[in-house]
Amino acid sequence: MVETNAKAKSDVLVSIRGLCFARGERMIFDDVDMDILRGKVTTIMGPSGTGKTTLLRLIGGQLQPLSGSVQVDGLEVPRLGRADLYDLRQRMGMLFQSGALLTDLNVFENVAFPLREHTDLPESMIRDLVLMKLQAVGLRGARSLMPSELSGGMARRVALARAIALDPMMIMYDEPFTGQDPISMGALVQLIRLLNDALGLTSVIVSHDVKEAAAISDYVYLISGGKIMGHGTPEQLSGTASEWVKQFMQGLPDGPVPFHYPAPGYVDDLLQLESAAPGETHA
Amino acid sequence: MLEWIRQLGRGGFGFFEKLGRGNLFLLKTLVGMPAVLARPRLLSAQLLSVGVLSFLIIAVSGLFVGMVLALQGYNTLVDFGAEESLGVVVSLSIVRELGPVVTALLFAGRAGSALTAEIGLMKATEQLSGMEMMAVDPIHRVIAPRFLAGFLAMPLLAAIFSAVGIYGGFFVGVGLLGVDDGAFWSQMQDKVDVYEDVLNGVIKSLVFGFVVAWIAVFEGYDATPTSEGVSRATTRTVVHSALAVLGLDFVLTALMFGDT
Repeated sequence: MVETNAKAKSDVLVSIRGLCFARGERMIFDDVDMDILRGKVTTIMGPSGTGKTTLLRLIGGQLQPLSGSVQVDGLEVPRLGRADLYDLRQRMGMLFQSGALLTDLNVFENVAFPLREHTDLPESMIRDLVLMKLQAVGLRGARSLMPSELSGGMARRVALARAIALDPMMIMYDEPFTGQDPISMGALVQLIRLLNDALGLTSVIVSHDVKEAAAISDYVYLISGGKIMGHGTPEQLSGTASEWVKQFMQGLPDGPVPFHYPAPGYVDDLLQLESAAPGETHA
Repeated sequence: MLEWIRQLGRGGFGFFEKLGRGNLFLLKTLVGMPAVLARPRLLSAQLLSVGVLSFLIIAVSGLFVGMVLALQGYNTLVDFGAEESLGVVVSLSIVRELGPVVTALLFAGRAGSALTAEIGLMKATEQLSGMEMMAVDPIHRVIAPRFLAGFLAMPLLAAIFSAVGIYGGFFVGVGLLGVDDGAFWSQMQDKVDVYEDVLNGVIKSLVFGFVVAWIAVFEGYDATPTSEGVSRATTRTVVHSALAVLGLDFVLTALMFGDT
């Protein structure tokens, strides 16, 4: 990533250097460096529980790192005051896994919410903008439905329309493909790429759906155990020499990440030898 | 023994930590007040759900409390031939004590628990987090209007409770038990003081409204974002509000009427 950075320094929208973050005793990130390029779709992949969502929250300034720097568009996020942070967030969209739609407002009002909060636009203009955003995600006809009447995939598309309501410079997607049927999955995959290119956005996707994410990504970071295990274009990663990356990208059940949880020898365990199972009590 | 002391210490730290968080939260909420006043529509929506929709339970409770007071008071007063003081007994009990206290307890159960559950669920479904990422401060947008609505609705509901309660006492005392109509009202007018009795009752209801609304919104905002966490927070709202109201009532009563 250092080479990428040197090649196109001004093109870097999010720059993370020496990031450390811990939850209690557990280190989630240990000296992580990462660059996210403007106008590209960058995917952060890794096993469940490696802190991928935490990374998005660190970029969005909802969490404070232990040490290290998180820069978005040249601004040092952890050091921003409240007003500056809120200014920056107006230029970022985030799509939560659950959609996080406001349950007491219908689809139209949900998409209109950021416009009403941050602008003084006349009602007719808000209506036009909301309908345009809903048209982009294919849900203009669903404007009067309540969030409880939407399927999971539709809720995520409404949330996407809401995330682009203020025409942000970047969108962060938190596990956008989890729990989707093939049709809505296909729709989302296509939407993310299309919106990125049509609106000139920068997209950051956090996911462990390797195939779907790799299909639309320009660049991929693999993280596990608080470290970056590999990065590169999807093609570079699929031709990698690293056993771990290979295991993850191809979804192999055994490899550097063993199939078995650490245990004493199988035969010894079955024969119930004293030394085999130290934790067990014998009758 | 050592473990017991350790647990006590941990509990003590936990209590003070939560108290500190609650105070910081209150401060942030109060800072958000101008934003609410600039958008009265947010406030009116909450006044409807917290205040107007609590009207029925408050009015019905007030009516029955007044009726029972009149029945009980009459039985005692009639032994001394003082049944014409029934109006004074009913109105003083209600205006000074039962109005603010019973309203606050009912308010905590009806509106406070609903506030906690609503805010807790918004937290559990990432709605508050989502607002933050949309650069909308949930404390200004969600918490402050609910807190202000609770604070404003409580004294109004207590006033309604008192008025309906006194009429309840009137129906039973004058209508059923035959106390003289003129004596009932004129003695009440003579003995109930606007400042000493009515104003002190209003002050109590303002304090209770503040405390109950604060506990309700804080417990919701502080809830563990799971279904169990929200249910626990809702229970805590009702229990803590009730204890706070009864404890504060004693303190306020001692301050207001202790030296007379």
